[in-house]
Amino acid sequence: MKLRDIIRVVEGRVLTEGVNLDMEISCAAGADLMSDVLAFAKPNALLLTGLVNPQVVRTAEMADIAAIVFVRGKLPGPETIALAKEKGIPLIAAPYTMFEMCGRLYEAGMASCDLDSKQG
Amino acid sequence: MSQVPQITRIQELIYELPIERVMTKNVITVAPDTTMSELKEILRINRISGTPVLEGGRLVGIVSIEDLIKALEKGDIHAPVRERMATRIITVQARESVVEAVKKFAQYKVGRLPVVNEHGDLVGILTGGDITRGLLEAIGLDYHAEEISRYRARHIFEDIVSDRTGLILRYRIKARDFSGGGGASSKIKRALDRLGAPPMIQRRVAIAAYEAEMNLIIHTDNGGELIAEIQPEVIRIVATDNGPGIPDIEQAMQPGFSTAPNWIRELGFGAGMGLANIKKCSDSMKLESQVGVGTRLEIVIKVSPVISSGNSVSEPAASDGKEKP
Repeated sequence: MKLRDIIRVVEGRVLTEGVNLDMEISCAAGADLMSDVLAFAKPNALLLTGLVNPQVVRTAEMADIAAIVFVRGKLPGPETIALAKEKGIPLIAAPYTMFEMCGRLYEAGMASCDLDSKQG
Repeated sequence: MSQVPQITRIQELIYELPIERVMTKNVITVAPDTTMSELKEILRINRISGTPVLEGGRLVGIVSIEDLIKALEKGDIHAPVRERMATRIITVQARESVVEAVKKFAQYKVGRLPVVNEHGDLVGILTGGDITRGLLEAIGLDYHAEEISRYRARHIFEDIVSDRTGLILRYRIKARDFSGGGGASSKIKRALDRLGAPPMIQRRVAIAAYEAEMNLIIHTDNGGELIAEIQPEVIRIVATDNGPGIPDIEQAMQPGFSTAPNWIRELGFGAGMGLANIKKCSDSMKLESQVGVGTRLEIVIKVSPVISSGNSVSEPAASDGKEKP
Protein backbone atom coordinates (compact mmCIF):
# COMPACT_ATOMS: atom_id res chain seq x y z
CA MET A 1 0.00 0.00 0.00
CA LYS A 2 1.25 3.48 -0.80
CA LEU A 3 2.01 5.86 2.08
CA ARG A 4 -0.48 8.28 0.50
CA ASP A 5 -3.29 5.71 0.90
CA ILE A 6 -2.27 4.89 4.46
CA ILE A 7 -2.47 8.57 5.43
CA ARG A 8 -5.93 8.77 3.88
CA VAL A 9 -7.17 5.64 5.71
CA VAL A 10 -5.93 6.76 9.14
CA GLU A 11 -6.80 10.43 8.47
CA GLY A 12 -3.21 11.28 9.33
CA ARG A 13 -1.10 14.39 9.12
CA VAL A 14 2.55 14.33 7.99
CA LEU A 15 4.90 15.87 10.58
CA THR A 16 8.08 15.74 8.49
CA GLU A 17 8.11 17.73 5.27
CA GLY A 18 9.42 16.46 1.97
CA VAL A 19 7.95 12.97 2.32
CA ASN A 20 7.64 10.69 -0.70
CA LEU A 21 3.93 9.86 -0.54
CA ASP A 22 4.26 7.25 -3.27
CA MET A 23 6.55 5.12 -1.12
CA GLU A 24 5.35 1.49 -1.05
CA ILE A 25 4.80 0.03 2.43
CA SER A 26 4.90 -3.76 2.60
CA CYS A 27 3.27 -4.46 5.97
CA ALA A 28 2.33 -2.88 9.30
CA ALA A 29 2.98 -3.54 12.98
CA GLY A 30 1.49 -1.93 16.07
CA ALA A 31 3.65 -1.87 19.21
CA ASP A 32 4.63 0.19 22.21
CA LEU A 33 7.47 -2.15 23.06
CA MET A 34 10.54 -1.35 21.04
CA SER A 35 12.04 -4.80 21.56
CA ASP A 36 8.90 -6.27 20.00
CA VAL A 37 9.39 -4.01 17.02
CA LEU A 38 13.02 -5.10 16.72
CA ALA A 39 11.93 -8.73 17.00
CA PHE A 40 9.23 -8.90 14.36
CA ALA A 41 9.30 -5.85 12.13
CA LYS A 42 10.19 -6.46 8.51
CA PRO A 43 12.08 -4.04 6.23
CA ASN A 44 9.85 -1.46 4.57
CA ALA A 45 7.20 -1.77 7.28
CA LEU A 46 4.88 0.77 8.85
CA LEU A 47 5.04 1.15 12.63
CA LEU A 48 1.98 2.23 14.60
CA THR A 49 2.87 3.31 18.11
CA GLY A 50 1.80 5.40 21.07
CA LEU A 51 5.41 6.16 22.00
CA VAL A 52 6.81 9.47 20.82
CA ASN A 53 10.39 9.55 22.15
CA PRO A 54 13.46 9.64 19.86
CA GLN A 55 14.11 5.94 20.51
CA VAL A 56 11.10 5.15 18.33
CA VAL A 57 12.97 6.68 15.41
CA ARG A 58 16.20 4.91 16.41
CA THR A 59 14.34 1.62 16.53
CA ALA A 60 12.86 2.30 13.11
CA GLU A 61 16.33 3.12 11.77
CA MET A 62 17.82 -0.16 13.04
CA ALA A 63 14.92 -2.27 11.79
CA ASP A 64 14.69 -0.48 8.41
CA ILE A 65 11.11 0.60 9.14
CA ALA A 66 9.84 2.89 6.39
CA ALA A 67 7.43 5.17 8.29
CA ILE A 68 5.89 5.75 11.73
CA VAL A 69 2.27 6.61 12.63
CA PHE A 70 1.58 8.00 16.11
CA VAL A 71 -1.81 6.93 17.46
CA ARG A 72 -4.42 8.81 19.53
CA GLY A 73 -3.31 12.22 18.29
CA LYS A 74 0.01 12.02 20.13
CA LEU A 75 2.66 14.45 18.95
CA PRO A 76 6.42 13.92 19.24
CA GLY A 77 8.79 16.61 20.51
CA PRO A 78 11.25 18.51 18.32
CA GLU A 79 14.07 16.09 19.18
CA THR A 80 12.14 13.14 17.73
CA ILE A 81 11.15 15.10 14.62
CA ALA A 82 14.72 16.29 14.06
CA LEU A 83 16.08 12.74 14.28
CA ALA A 84 13.38 11.46 11.89
CA LYS A 85 14.26 14.17 9.37
CA GLU A 86 17.95 13.31 9.67
CA LYS A 87 17.22 9.63 9.05
CA GLY A 88 14.61 10.28 6.35
CA ILE A 89 11.83 8.45 8.19
CA PRO A 90 8.36 10.01 7.69
CA LEU A 91 6.36 10.70 10.88
CA ILE A 92 2.55 10.81 10.76
CA ALA A 93 0.11 11.85 13.48
CA ALA A 94 -3.38 10.34 13.42
CA PRO A 95 -6.38 10.73 15.74
CA TYR A 96 -7.58 7.14 16.32
CA THR A 97 -6.68 4.56 18.98
CA MET A 98 -4.21 1.81 18.16
CA PHE A 99 -7.10 -0.68 17.89
CA GLU A 100 -9.12 1.44 15.52
CA MET A 101 -6.05 2.37 13.48
CA CYS A 102 -5.04 -1.28 13.00
CA GLY A 103 -8.64 -2.16 12.11
CA ARG A 104 -8.90 0.56 9.50
CA LEU A 105 -5.63 -0.42 7.85
CA TYR A 106 -6.39 -4.14 7.97
CA GLU A 107 -9.75 -3.53 6.37
CA ALA A 108 -8.06 -1.48 3.66
CA GLY A 109 -5.92 -4.50 2.80
CA MET A 110 -2.71 -3.78 4.73
CA ALA A 111 -0.71 -6.93 5.54
CA SER A 112 0.59 -7.76 9.00
CA CYS A 113 4.32 -7.87 9.70
CA ASP A 114 4.24 -10.84 12.03
CA LEU A 115 3.28 -13.21 9.26
CA ASP A 116 6.19 -15.16 7.84
CA SER A 117 5.30 -14.39 4.30
CA LYS A 118 7.43 -13.18 1.41
CA GLN A 119 6.39 -9.57 1.82
CA GLY A 120 9.49 -8.69 3.87
CA MET B 1 15.37 16.33 4.04
CA SER B 2 17.55 15.65 1.02
CA GLN B 3 17.32 19.25 -0.18
CA VAL B 4 18.63 21.01 2.88
CA PRO B 5 22.27 19.85 2.80
CA GLN B 6 22.44 20.51 -0.96
CA ILE B 7 21.45 24.17 -0.55
CA THR B 8 23.95 24.56 2.25
CA ARG B 9 26.64 23.11 0.01
CA ILE B 10 25.79 25.57 -2.77
CA GLN B 11 25.92 28.43 -0.28
CA GLU B 12 29.31 27.20 0.85
CA LEU B 13 30.51 26.99 -2.73
CA ILE B 14 29.42 30.55 -3.50
CA TYR B 15 31.74 31.66 -0.72
CA GLU B 16 34.52 29.19 -1.50
CA LEU B 17 34.83 29.44 -5.27
CA PRO B 18 37.06 32.24 -6.57
CA ILE B 19 35.69 34.17 -9.55
CA GLU B 20 38.67 33.11 -11.69
CA ARG B 21 37.49 29.49 -11.44
CA VAL B 22 34.14 30.20 -13.08
CA MET B 23 34.73 33.22 -15.34
CA THR B 24 35.11 33.04 -19.13
CA LYS B 25 38.81 33.58 -19.77
CA ASN B 26 38.94 34.17 -23.51
CA VAL B 27 37.26 37.53 -23.56
CA ILE B 28 36.05 38.87 -26.86
CA THR B 29 36.64 42.62 -26.86
CA VAL B 30 36.03 45.48 -29.24
CA ALA B 31 37.83 48.78 -29.81
CA PRO B 32 36.10 52.17 -29.31
CA ASP B 33 36.22 52.71 -33.08
CA THR B 34 34.37 49.49 -33.90
CA THR B 35 30.99 50.44 -35.37
CA MET B 36 27.72 49.27 -33.81
CA SER B 37 27.07 47.38 -37.06
CA GLU B 38 30.35 45.50 -36.69
CA LEU B 39 29.52 44.89 -33.02
CA LYS B 40 26.23 43.28 -34.09
CA GLU B 41 28.18 40.69 -36.15
CA ILE B 42 30.67 40.09 -33.33
CA LEU B 43 27.86 39.43 -30.84
CA ARG B 44 26.04 37.19 -33.32
CA ILE B 45 29.03 35.10 -34.38
CA ASN B 46 30.30 34.59 -30.85
CA ARG B 47 26.82 34.11 -29.41
CA ILE B 48 27.44 36.66 -26.67
CA SER B 49 25.27 39.49 -25.38
CA GLY B 50 27.88 42.09 -24.53
CA THR B 51 31.59 42.80 -24.51
CA PRO B 52 34.19 45.06 -22.83
CA VAL B 53 35.69 47.90 -24.86
CA LEU B 54 39.48 48.11 -24.76
CA GLU B 55 41.64 51.02 -25.86
CA GLY B 56 45.40 50.42 -25.84
CA GLY B 57 44.87 47.47 -23.49
CA ARG B 58 42.90 49.64 -21.06
CA LEU B 59 39.27 48.96 -20.17
CA VAL B 60 37.32 52.05 -21.22
CA GLY B 61 33.73 50.82 -21.47
CA ILE B 62 31.30 48.01 -21.83
CA VAL B 63 28.77 47.58 -24.60
CA SER B 64 25.82 45.21 -24.69
CA ILE B 65 23.01 44.03 -26.93
CA GLU B 66 20.76 46.58 -25.19
CA ASP B 67 22.97 49.43 -26.45
CA LEU B 68 22.79 47.87 -29.89
CA ILE B 69 18.96 47.79 -29.81
CA LYS B 70 18.86 51.43 -28.74
CA ALA B 71 21.26 52.36 -31.57
CA LEU B 72 19.03 50.50 -34.03
CA GLU B 73 15.97 52.38 -32.78
CA LYS B 74 17.73 55.65 -33.38
CA GLY B 75 19.06 54.60 -36.79
CA ASP B 76 22.52 55.00 -35.32
CA ILE B 77 23.84 51.61 -36.43
CA HIS B 78 27.01 52.98 -38.02
CA ALA B 79 28.03 55.01 -34.95
CA PRO B 80 31.30 53.96 -33.27
CA VAL B 81 30.97 51.92 -30.09
CA ARG B 82 32.54 54.75 -28.07
CA GLU B 83 29.35 56.80 -28.56
CA ARG B 84 26.98 54.07 -27.40
CA MET B 85 28.96 52.19 -24.71
CA ALA B 86 28.51 52.48 -20.96
CA THR B 87 31.53 54.14 -19.36
CA ARG B 88 30.65 53.45 -15.78
CA ILE B 89 32.30 50.07 -15.46
CA ILE B 90 31.67 47.80 -12.51
CA THR B 91 34.45 45.22 -12.24
CA VAL B 92 35.25 42.33 -9.93
CA GLN B 93 38.61 40.95 -8.82
CA ALA B 94 39.67 37.53 -10.11
CA ARG B 95 40.65 36.34 -6.62
CA GLU B 96 37.39 37.41 -4.95
CA SER B 97 34.82 34.79 -4.16
CA VAL B 98 31.74 34.32 -6.34
CA VAL B 99 29.59 35.84 -3.59
CA GLU B 100 31.09 39.28 -4.35
CA ALA B 101 29.96 38.98 -7.95
CA VAL B 102 26.50 37.84 -6.88
CA LYS B 103 26.25 40.96 -4.69
CA LYS B 104 27.29 43.25 -7.55
CA PHE B 105 24.86 41.65 -9.99
CA ALA B 106 22.09 42.34 -7.48
CA GLN B 107 23.25 45.87 -6.66
CA TYR B 108 23.98 47.25 -10.15
CA LYS B 109 21.56 45.13 -12.24
CA VAL B 110 24.21 44.52 -14.88
CA GLY B 111 24.32 41.44 -17.09
CA ARG B 112 28.09 40.93 -17.08
CA LEU B 113 31.05 41.93 -14.99
CA PRO B 114 34.56 42.39 -16.42
CA VAL B 115 37.07 40.55 -14.22
CA VAL B 116 40.39 42.26 -13.49
CA ASN B 117 43.58 41.12 -11.77
CA GLU B 118 45.41 42.98 -9.03
CA HIS B 119 46.99 45.31 -11.65
CA GLY B 120 43.62 46.24 -13.10
CA ASP B 121 44.21 44.25 -16.32
CA LEU B 122 41.19 42.60 -17.88
CA VAL B 123 41.55 38.82 -17.36
CA GLY B 124 38.02 37.54 -17.90
CA ILE B 125 34.33 38.20 -17.99
CA LEU B 126 31.59 36.88 -15.75
CA THR B 127 27.86 36.38 -16.34
CA GLY B 128 25.13 34.70 -14.28
CA GLY B 129 25.45 31.75 -16.64
CA ASP B 130 29.16 31.37 -15.80
CA ILE B 131 28.32 31.23 -12.10
CA THR B 132 25.61 28.61 -12.61
CA ARG B 133 27.91 26.49 -14.77
CA GLY B 134 30.77 26.84 -12.27
CA LEU B 135 28.59 25.79 -9.35
CA LEU B 136 27.15 22.83 -11.23
CA GLU B 137 30.63 21.71 -12.11
CA ALA B 138 31.83 22.08 -8.51
CA ILE B 139 28.86 20.09 -7.23
CA GLY B 140 29.60 17.47 -9.86
CA LEU B 141 33.16 17.20 -8.59
CA ASP B 142 31.88 16.90 -5.04
CA TYR B 143 29.48 14.19 -6.06
CA HIS B 144 32.31 12.41 -7.80
CA ALA B 145 34.53 12.66 -4.72
CA GLU B 146 31.73 11.15 -2.61
CA GLU B 147 31.35 8.30 -5.10
CA ILE B 148 35.08 7.63 -4.98
CA SER B 149 35.13 7.56 -1.19
CA ARG B 150 32.21 5.11 -1.18
CA TYR B 151 34.02 2.99 -3.72
CA ARG B 152 37.20 3.03 -1.67
CA ALA B 153 35.35 2.11 1.51
CA ARG B 154 33.75 -0.85 -0.25
CA HIS B 155 37.09 -2.18 -1.37
CA ILE B 156 39.01 -1.57 1.83
CA PHE B 157 39.36 -5.28 2.55
CA GLU B 158 40.75 -5.95 -0.92
CA ASP B 159 43.11 -2.98 -0.91
CA ILE B 160 44.61 -3.60 2.51
CA VAL B 161 46.15 -7.02 2.52
CA SER B 162 47.24 -8.80 5.66
CA ASP B 163 46.83 -12.24 7.18
CA ARG B 164 43.88 -10.89 9.09
CA THR B 165 42.38 -7.48 8.33
CA GLY B 166 39.76 -5.93 10.55
CA LEU B 167 38.22 -2.60 11.38
CA ILE B 168 37.56 -1.85 15.03
CA LEU B 169 34.94 0.74 16.00
CA ARG B 170 34.83 1.59 19.69
CA TYR B 171 32.09 3.55 21.46
CA ARG B 172 31.81 4.66 25.07
CA ILE B 173 28.22 4.23 26.31
CA LYS B 174 26.98 6.30 29.25
CA ALA B 175 24.66 4.82 31.89
CA ARG B 176 21.07 6.13 31.82
CA ASP B 177 21.81 8.28 28.74
CA PHE B 178 18.48 7.37 27.25
CA SER B 179 18.26 10.22 24.76
CA GLY B 180 21.66 9.31 23.29
CA GLY B 181 20.69 5.63 23.10
CA GLY B 182 21.23 4.07 19.72
CA GLY B 183 23.76 6.65 18.56
CA ALA B 184 26.64 4.14 18.52
CA SER B 185 24.57 1.45 16.80
CA SER B 186 23.50 3.98 14.20
CA LYS B 187 27.16 4.75 13.45
CA ILE B 188 27.97 1.06 13.19
CA LYS B 189 25.09 0.58 10.75
CA ARG B 190 26.30 3.49 8.64
CA ALA B 191 29.85 2.12 8.58
CA LEU B 192 28.56 -1.23 7.35
CA ASP B 193 26.54 0.54 4.69
CA ARG B 194 29.65 2.35 3.46
CA LEU B 195 31.54 -0.91 3.44
CA GLY B 196 28.86 -2.36 1.19
CA ALA B 197 27.45 -4.94 3.60
CA PRO B 198 24.17 -6.51 2.42
CA PRO B 199 21.08 -4.83 3.96
CA MET B 200 20.09 -8.01 5.82
CA ILE B 201 23.50 -8.15 7.53
CA GLN B 202 23.39 -4.41 8.32
CA ARG B 203 20.00 -4.90 9.93
CA ARG B 204 20.96 -7.91 12.02
CA VAL B 205 24.11 -6.19 13.28
CA ALA B 206 22.23 -2.93 13.96
CA ILE B 207 19.45 -4.61 15.96
CA ALA B 208 21.87 -6.72 18.01
CA ALA B 209 24.14 -3.72 18.67
CA TYR B 210 21.18 -1.52 19.57
CA GLU B 211 19.79 -3.98 22.11
CA ALA B 212 23.28 -4.37 23.60
CA GLU B 213 23.72 -0.58 23.70
CA MET B 214 20.36 -0.11 25.43
CA ASN B 215 21.29 -2.79 27.96
CA LEU B 216 24.45 -0.85 28.83
CA ILE B 217 22.36 2.32 29.23
CA ILE B 218 19.61 0.71 31.28
CA HIS B 219 21.39 -1.80 33.51
CA THR B 220 24.94 -0.62 34.21
CA ASP B 221 26.30 1.58 37.01
CA ASN B 222 28.94 3.40 35.00
CA GLY B 223 28.04 2.63 31.43
CA GLY B 224 30.33 0.52 29.31
CA GLU B 225 31.92 0.04 25.97
CA LEU B 226 30.46 -1.12 22.68
CA ILE B 227 32.96 -2.46 20.18
CA ALA B 228 32.31 -3.55 16.64
CA GLU B 229 35.03 -5.55 14.96
CA ILE B 230 34.39 -5.76 11.24
CA GLN B 231 36.24 -8.41 9.26
CA PRO B 232 35.60 -9.54 5.71
CA GLU B 233 33.87 -12.75 6.79
CA VAL B 234 32.56 -11.92 10.24
CA ILE B 235 31.31 -9.06 12.39
CA ARG B 236 31.82 -9.26 16.12
CA ILE B 237 30.01 -6.98 18.56
CA VAL B 238 31.33 -6.88 22.11
CA ALA B 239 29.57 -5.02 24.93
CA THR B 240 31.43 -4.81 28.21
CA ASP B 241 30.77 -3.09 31.53
CA ASN B 242 32.07 -3.21 35.06
CA GLY B 243 28.90 -3.80 36.99
CA PRO B 244 26.61 -4.65 38.60
CA GLY B 245 26.61 -8.05 36.82
CA ILE B 246 23.86 -10.59 36.19
CA PRO B 247 23.09 -13.00 39.09
CA ASP B 248 21.44 -15.69 36.96
CA ILE B 249 22.31 -15.71 33.27
CA GLU B 250 19.92 -18.54 32.41
CA GLN B 251 17.05 -16.57 33.91
CA ALA B 252 18.16 -13.38 32.14
CA MET B 253 18.08 -15.21 28.82
CA GLN B 254 14.40 -16.15 29.29
CA PRO B 255 12.29 -13.99 26.98
CA GLY B 256 10.21 -11.64 29.10
CA PHE B 257 12.40 -11.80 32.21
CA SER B 258 13.34 -8.26 33.14
CA THR B 259 14.91 -6.32 35.96
CA ALA B 260 14.44 -2.98 34.24
CA PRO B 261 13.07 -0.08 36.27
CA ASN B 262 9.59 1.23 35.52
CA TRP B 263 10.69 4.48 33.92
CA ILE B 264 12.52 2.60 31.20
CA ARG B 265 9.50 0.37 30.59
CA GLU B 266 7.39 3.44 30.08
CA LEU B 267 9.81 4.51 27.38
CA GLY B 268 9.24 1.27 25.51
CA PHE B 269 12.26 -0.69 26.69
CA GLY B 270 13.17 -3.22 29.35
CA ALA B 271 10.57 -5.83 28.47
CA GLY B 272 13.05 -8.63 28.82
CA MET B 273 13.29 -9.24 25.09
CA GLY B 274 16.71 -7.71 24.45
CA LEU B 275 18.89 -10.78 24.91
CA ALA B 276 16.39 -12.96 23.06
CA ASN B 277 16.43 -10.50 20.17
CA ILE B 278 20.22 -10.43 20.13
CA LYS B 279 20.34 -14.21 20.06
CA LYS B 280 17.89 -14.28 17.18
CA CYS B 281 20.01 -11.85 15.14
CA SER B 282 23.35 -13.52 15.79
CA ASP B 283 25.08 -16.63 14.54
CA SER B 284 26.57 -17.10 17.98
CA MET B 285 26.33 -15.24 21.25
CA LYS B 286 28.27 -15.53 24.46
CA LEU B 287 27.24 -13.89 27.74
CA GLU B 288 29.57 -13.91 30.74
CA SER B 289 28.85 -12.08 33.94
CA GLN B 290 29.97 -11.92 37.54
CA VAL B 291 28.01 -10.04 40.17
CA GLY B 292 29.96 -7.04 41.41
CA VAL B 293 32.54 -7.39 38.65
CA GLY B 294 30.89 -6.88 35.28
CA THR B 295 29.39 -8.35 32.16
CA ARG B 296 30.75 -9.23 28.74
CA LEU B 297 28.46 -9.94 25.82
CA GLU B 298 29.92 -11.17 22.56
CA ILE B 299 27.81 -11.41 19.43
CA VAL B 300 29.07 -12.92 16.19
CA ILE B 301 27.36 -12.38 12.86
CA LYS B 302 28.80 -14.11 9.80
CA VAL B 303 29.06 -12.22 6.57
CA SER B 304 28.59 -14.52 3.66
CA PRO B 305 29.72 -13.97 0.99
CA VAL B 306 32.54 -11.59 1.94
CA ILE B 307 31.62 -8.01 2.74
CA SER B 308 33.94 -6.44 0.20
CA SER B 309 32.45 -7.97 -2.91
CA GLY B 310 30.23 -4.91 -3.21
CA ASN B 311 27.10 -4.85 -5.35
CA SER B 312 27.17 -8.46 -6.36
CA VAL B 313 26.40 -9.58 -2.81
CA SER B 314 23.13 -11.45 -2.55
CA GLU B 315 21.04 -11.95 0.55
CA PRO B 316 21.97 -15.07 2.53
CA ALA B 317 20.33 -18.08 0.93
CA ALA B 318 18.62 -19.21 4.12
CA SER B 319 16.84 -15.91 4.77
CA ASP B 320 13.20 -16.74 4.20
CA GLY B 321 11.97 -13.51 5.72
CA LYS B 322 13.11 -14.54 9.15
CA GLU B 323 16.00 -12.77 10.79
CA LYS B 324 18.25 -15.69 11.38
CA PRO B 325 19.31 -18.12 8.69
